[in-house]
Amino acid sequence: MTESVRLNRGSSDVAVIGGGLVGLCIALGIQKQGQQVTVYDEGDVALRASRGNFGLVWVQGKGDNLPEYARITRLSAQLWAGLADDLTQHTGIDIQLQQRGGLFVCLSESELQKRQVILEQMAIEHPEGYPYEVLDLQQLREMIPDIGPEVAGATWGPEDGHVNPLYLMRALVARFESLGGKLVNAGRVSNIIPQQGQFVLQTEQGDFSCNKVVLAAGLGNKELGPMVGIDAPVFPNRGQVLIAERVRPFLHYPTGHVRQTEEGTVQCGDSKEDVGFDTGTTTEVLAQIAQRATTMFPLLKEVNLIRSWGALRIMTPDGNPIYQQSKQYPGAYLVTCHSGVTLAAAHAGPIADWISTGSADSAIDLEKFHGSRFQL
Amino acid sequence: MAADFSFNRLPCNERAEVEITIEGHKVIALEGETVAAAVMHSGLRPTRTTAVSGTGRAPYCMMGVCFECLMNIDGKPNTQACMTEVSEGMVITVQQGAREIGGDRL
Repeated sequence: MTESVRLNRGSSDVAVIGGGLVGLCIALGIQKQGQQVTVYDEGDVALRASRGNFGLVWVQGKGDNLPEYARITRLSAQLWAGLADDLTQHTGIDIQLQQRGGLFVCLSESELQKRQVILEQMAIEHPEGYPYEVLDLQQLREMIPDIGPEVAGATWGPEDGHVNPLYLMRALVARFESLGGKLVNAGRVSNIIPQQGQFVLQTEQGDFSCNKVVLAAGLGNKELGPMVGIDAPVFPNRGQVLIAERVRPFLHYPTGHVRQTEEGTVQCGDSKEDVGFDTGTTTEVLAQIAQRATTMFPLLKEVNLIRSWGALRIMTPDGNPIYQQSKQYPGAYLVTCHSGVTLAAAHAGPIADWISTGSADSAIDLEKFHGSRFQL
Repeated sequence: MAADFSFNRLPCNERAEVEITIEGHKVIALEGETVAAAVMHSGLRPTRTTAVSGTGRAPYCMMGVCFECLMNIDGKPNTQACMTEVSEGMVITVQQGAREIGGDRL
């Protein structure tokens, strides 16, 4: 048993299962309210979508089938600068947040048109305003001179941005621990036993008790949810990522498929595959990613590729998050989404407040994210 | 650029001499040698500066793994010097920071 586990044995006000971006943001938000939070992380065997993701803070087009998802996404984007400032100020870690807007580049007129229809519809659903622009190739070239000649255009979302997700993880851990939060690598939580208004977590390192429990275990929520009476029909969706060497800055805005980090690294991705729990890569999909990236930015044909990986998104049947308190066992909460980066500020703010106080921010109707919507 | 005598060529079978240019200086290397071996023997330091902080670097692993030896070789940036054999007339320069792309516009 490690020292940290021995020290942390016992009970806490709130236990968060899952030490990824979702769990850490919620844990940080609750710890800030003065409650004692312990995060139980599975360890390095975990699937870790938080490490494999693309790092976008992305608004445009999200929530086209659920206006409330668009609302919480935009709220999070608005709160993001505050989260970044807080983390950097207290940890000294620059998480490289940029929110200068983002582009969804379309290779064909029909793709651009489809995209435009989605955003037009969203603008109708959001009378408070839903900012976007549709750019033809000429307008796009003014923003990105190196855009390829075969590109049809792009949609522009002024609220979009990106961040370094690995520095974000590090900063969240540092900030959470500096406030007295505890992070325990206790292996997988095998069972949650509701007991007289409390919960006992059974782990490889023994049992831990808590007054409230938050399930933020990503794909693990599927098994954990029913233990507290919550159905979370999540499934894996693989994305492959292709990394090119660091080059001089040429892309000043993130796009849905390609982004350039502050250090100059070029990251290409946005594949979607249903392949179970396989986090591998395939030549076929990586070739498609490279093909699309070089069509968008022909200058990338010259660069050397240095890495690739696969990571699993945590998807629900409608692609939208689940935020739910157990009716059967009040005090047990489940949170899942596939945009742990974008929603980080919402999770550290209003979602953490909802869990710690028991009442939700009126700006967001959390009932819309209830998992019962999947029970037809 | 003085030759660095901490890197000496070991006795080997006779090989043809190859003239290359390192940072504008004519240097004689031996056929079959890597660019990394030749630049280390030539005394050139650093052989690149890093993309983020601009710190100096030089060849390290000599077997294609660490990517510390990236140089501009015959106009091709970020080329692994330890995986490239010298050839007659080769022009080698220090890789300064992050490489350029989209050459026409820059």
